[in-house]
Amino acid sequence: MNTQALFGQLLIGLINGSFYALLSLGLAVIFGLLNIINFTHGAQYMVGAFVAYFLLNKAGLGYWWALLITPFIVGAVGVVIERLMLSRLYKLDHLYGLLLTFGLALIFEGAFHHQFGSAGLPYSIPESLQGVQNLGFMYLPNYRAWVIVASLAICITTWFVIERTKLGAYLRAATENPTLVQAFGVNVPRMITLTYGAGVGLAALAGVFAAPIYQVSPQMGSSLIIVVFAVVVIGGMGSIMGSIVTGFGLGVIEGLTKYFYPQASSTVIFVIMAIVLMIRPQGLFGQR
Amino acid sequence: MTGQQIGDHQAHDPSWERRYERGAFAVLFLAFVLMPAFIYPRFGSQLLCFAMFACAFNLLIGFGGLLSFGHAMFFGMGSYLCAHAAKVWGLPVELAIVTGAATSLALGVLTGMLAIRRQGIYFAMITLALAQMLYFFCLQAPFTGGEDGIQSVKRGRLLGLVDLNNEVAMYYFAFAVFLAAFGLIHRIIHSPFGQVLKAIRENEPRAISLGYDTERYKLAAFVLSATLAGLAGATKAIVAQNASLTDVHWSMSGEVVLMTLLGGMGTVFGPVVGALVIISMQFYLAELGSWVTITQGIIFVVCVLAFRRGIVGEIEAWLRGRRK
Repeated sequence: MNTQALFGQLLIGLINGSFYALLSLGLAVIFGLLNIINFTHGAQYMVGAFVAYFLLNKAGLGYWWALLITPFIVGAVGVVIERLMLSRLYKLDHLYGLLLTFGLALIFEGAFHHQFGSAGLPYSIPESLQGVQNLGFMYLPNYRAWVIVASLAICITTWFVIERTKLGAYLRAATENPTLVQAFGVNVPRMITLTYGAGVGLAALAGVFAAPIYQVSPQMGSSLIIVVFAVVVIGGMGSIMGSIVTGFGLGVIEGLTKYFYPQASSTVIFVIMAIVLMIRPQGLFGQR
Repeated sequence: MTGQQIGDHQAHDPSWERRYERGAFAVLFLAFVLMPAFIYPRFGSQLLCFAMFACAFNLLIGFGGLLSFGHAMFFGMGSYLCAHAAKVWGLPVELAIVTGAATSLALGVLTGMLAIRRQGIYFAMITLALAQMLYFFCLQAPFTGGEDGIQSVKRGRLLGLVDLNNEVAMYYFAFAVFLAAFGLIHRIIHSPFGQVLKAIRENEPRAISLGYDTERYKLAAFVLSATLAGLAGATKAIVAQNASLTDVHWSMSGEVVLMTLLGGMGTVFGPVVGALVIISMQFYLAELGSWVTITQGIIFVVCVLAFRRGIVGEIEAWLRGRRK
């Protein structure tokens, strides 16, 4: 057995898992309060990567600035989208939200494709994170280690904010019964807007993480988002911790499949989804 | 489910409805009969295939309330198997088309059993994910030809008599298949089965309490819709003489949703009108590249925000309003 290659695939699995976790977390947070599946999530991740690229090449702001600023820029776009469009749909069938966000994803993708073509733009790894660690059994690039650790930290922070703080308590209460929470004097519509902005910000942050690993290209979000949907179906959207565990877990399983049976690596997550649907339709962590 | 539902329509005067449907059908029929005189017949045949695809999709969303975001898998599999049967197995054209539709039927049973376990948004995500799985399968499977697809499929002679290489003959054959599918959908909607389906869409718990096994009804609707989508894909393989990855890609699933939404979900004629508009738009804007995608996105947004009844839905609402 080639351990070097095995650990290499495991590392790629963990990286992919970080993105699955970050994106499905954002989807779960948005879904909890808005009851909308945000199809634009993949496009917003892509826009995040592009904003990082612009900040570097047009404004001279490097990776660390991008990490800080990008979520706010893309999140602000999200806030505008929520105020102008999504907020008109809450009284309708939830499927309309899906259709609207799908349309927005097409607009974003089409516009970036028109401007930049389908070839990827390079974004180099920041100097402070270049280099590799020799762990004895494998070489670990510093940047990849950073992405895994940072994603995990962001996931845990999000979990903490939602499950353990007063703000999170409001959020969970509004998910259960928005009318009652509003009667207690909490500005629920504003909370909904900010939640959408925060979810979109998470997607953009994932985009910045991804920029040095994958190339920055208009279609980087669309295939990823479909896998993330499968991850969400497998985990069920009931729990925040559930999304995190499922995201990382499926990334690792995908990595292992790439080593042991590469032909199935692109379909393994969908196969797992089918199996989960047969055994536990509400998802591993979902409630009926 | 709360609020306005997809495909929701007011109760109305049945005799007027019948007259309206007959009148609208007559207009549509005449338009399609005369079409080859005005546009390139090969393009007309493709229009018919996509109109059929949209009608099949509409059966599920408009009358069953189930939004499938993976219908390209049925269209694409129908297309691939028909092309394969005609080219490699050398089956005559009518049997090749039946092979394509039968494949989608089988695929519909398999995926339907999984997908109907969840409703609403989950149903949409599951169908999308299953279709993506099939896309990757088609990308790797040897018989699909991968990136190249199956090219130069022979049309042959229909029932050994009519030469389908004549574009006008091909057009009227596609029209006949379309009419058969359209008639079948019309029968399904107006049958007791269709009524139960509508009841499930309106209020599933109540339908269950009345003793209907709603899962079986939904599965039946899903399989019917999948089969007709496969029929559309198979006919397209003969018309375009190819089958490719475009047919199974998620953007194809999105396109059929768009056609139906624009034409009017849950209306009988809406999907046909929607398909005509979208396919013509793609045809005439083709050289503008990404603008096609952007325009499609804009149509989605405008339809959802301001125009939820679609073109035909708006016309119907206007006609009904005028009668009062």
